[in-house]
Amino acid sequence: MSTPQSAATTDEVVIDCRVKKIFYGNFLAVRDSHVPILKNKITGFIGPSGCGKSTVLKSINRMNDLVRSFRFEGEIRFEGQDLYAKNVDPVTVRRYIGMVFQQPNPFSMSIYENVAFGLRLARYKGDYDARVEEALKGAALWDEVKDKLKNNGMSLSGGQQQRLCIARAIATRPPVILMDEPASALDPIATRQIEELMVELKKDYTVAIVTHNMQQALRVADKTAFFAVDISRGGRTGYLVEMGDTRELFENPREALTREYLSGEFS
Amino acid sequence: MSASPDFSRNFTDPRALKSFILSTITVGCAILACIPLFSVLAMLILRGGRRFSLELFTSLPPTAFDSGGGFGNAIVGTVVMVGIASLIAVPFGIIGAIYLAEFGPHTRIATVARFCAKTMTGIPSILAGVFAYSVVVMVTGTYSAVAGGIALSLLMLPTVMLTAEEAIQMVPAIMREAAVGMGCTPTQAMWKVVLPKAMPGIITGVMLAIARAAGETAPLLFTALFSDYWIFQGGAGDLMEPTASLAVLIYNFSGMPFENQIQLAWAASLVLVLMVFTLNILSRLIGQRKK
Repeated sequence: MSTPQSAATTDEVVIDCRVKKIFYGNFLAVRDSHVPILKNKITGFIGPSGCGKSTVLKSINRMNDLVRSFRFEGEIRFEGQDLYAKNVDPVTVRRYIGMVFQQPNPFSMSIYENVAFGLRLARYKGDYDARVEEALKGAALWDEVKDKLKNNGMSLSGGQQQRLCIARAIATRPPVILMDEPASALDPIATRQIEELMVELKKDYTVAIVTHNMQQALRVADKTAFFAVDISRGGRTGYLVEMGDTRELFENPREALTREYLSGEFS
Repeated sequence: MSASPDFSRNFTDPRALKSFILSTITVGCAILACIPLFSVLAMLILRGGRRFSLELFTSLPPTAFDSGGGFGNAIVGTVVMVGIASLIAVPFGIIGAIYLAEFGPHTRIATVARFCAKTMTGIPSILAGVFAYSVVVMVTGTYSAVAGGIALSLLMLPTVMLTAEEAIQMVPAIMREAAVGMGCTPTQAMWKVVLPKAMPGIITGVMLAIARAAGETAPLLFTALFSDYWIFQGGAGDLMEPTASLAVLIYNFSGMPFENQIQLAWAASLVLVLMVFTLNILSRLIGQRKK
């Protein structure tokens, strides 16, 4: 839980994610995790593998619906509305909550069409060229591709492809962007560029990022949520151990488990 | 170690010798596999090439004791009937493949449909002809190009559907996830992202199915029969009449005791093989273009 002082009136909660239970079939993947995502801040999810951080992130924009055995108990409120209410259309949800995946996955179309994709979906009636340029600039990719917008998106390098995916995600200016280990498939230089990009993005967007690299969380995240695996009841169930300001969490963790993870005793 | 080992090639070593012999045999078998194709082509070019001329494409088949003539109507007939077959097989095949690959891969319907398609790829083509005879010819009361087209579509549909399903499944899952993540409905994700990426593979499958259908004789014997006239007379076309086709022409003419007709049968064989060849090469080019 974030400390009372930081949950002041200036920090608005955009997504109030309250997980009771997440199942894949009969397997309890995550339990009891309350993760508030604050506006114009970067919230980092860290923890050992299998702790459910990606599962919780993907639940926020209903991407887990693609898995047949997925079952969500709890609520995720976006500006007050529960995204798991009965009559909610997940397709619409995903147009307001964008996602950048671990593997860069541009479409097999021109760079321009990749970025314009969301605009076309939303039947945007304005100036496509201007929005595409704005998105590519926002993703720090414009200078590198402005002369080859017609080239296929898959002809770019890995780091460029990932920035293209970010440009594609921000072209429609969604209020929230989720990033699932966006730099883990990239080399260190590309990783640094993505991290700098994230810090720029938070001026206009709310960002939540899953990372297995805790130094990355230290570098970019304003708030950090630490998840771990609970084996006490027989299975391997993820849960939120603690959450708070990144500096606070890293320097003065409240839980012993957090301290052990941060000092590298397990990963 | 006393002396340095001898690394030089040594064919007295039984293992090396065995490996060399077997490797040579594999090369030999590969070359052997090419022989039928090249010898058929050579034979057709030699025998059929003699008769090759523009007249083949513009004239009608000669009667018993005539000289000259061609098989223009048979070429048109083949194209028309394969066209009708494609108009049926391609849309149904692709849309069915979309269901098999995307919307219901594990449902009972999909399992049954896949099984039926796989069985149908092995069906003797004459049975497609017999089926189309009882369903179309007997009902409409006439042999027709439409009946022939329907018979051919039965042979094309399984191939189109199975190769299209495979092509759609080959589109990386992360690309589909990206489309869904952008807020596409399942239909939008398929139409805007997955199908365009799968298109080269789908087109390859379609062209191979067309190449097969173009060469089938048995189904046409019961459905389109044959004709010595053009389909399109004086501007209008009549698809409900018996129609000529290259395959049936070859079958008919090669059995006749007339040198003229036999020569035409060779020439028609050459034309048919060239058509099938071109379709195969085109399908490879399209399949590779997008890589």
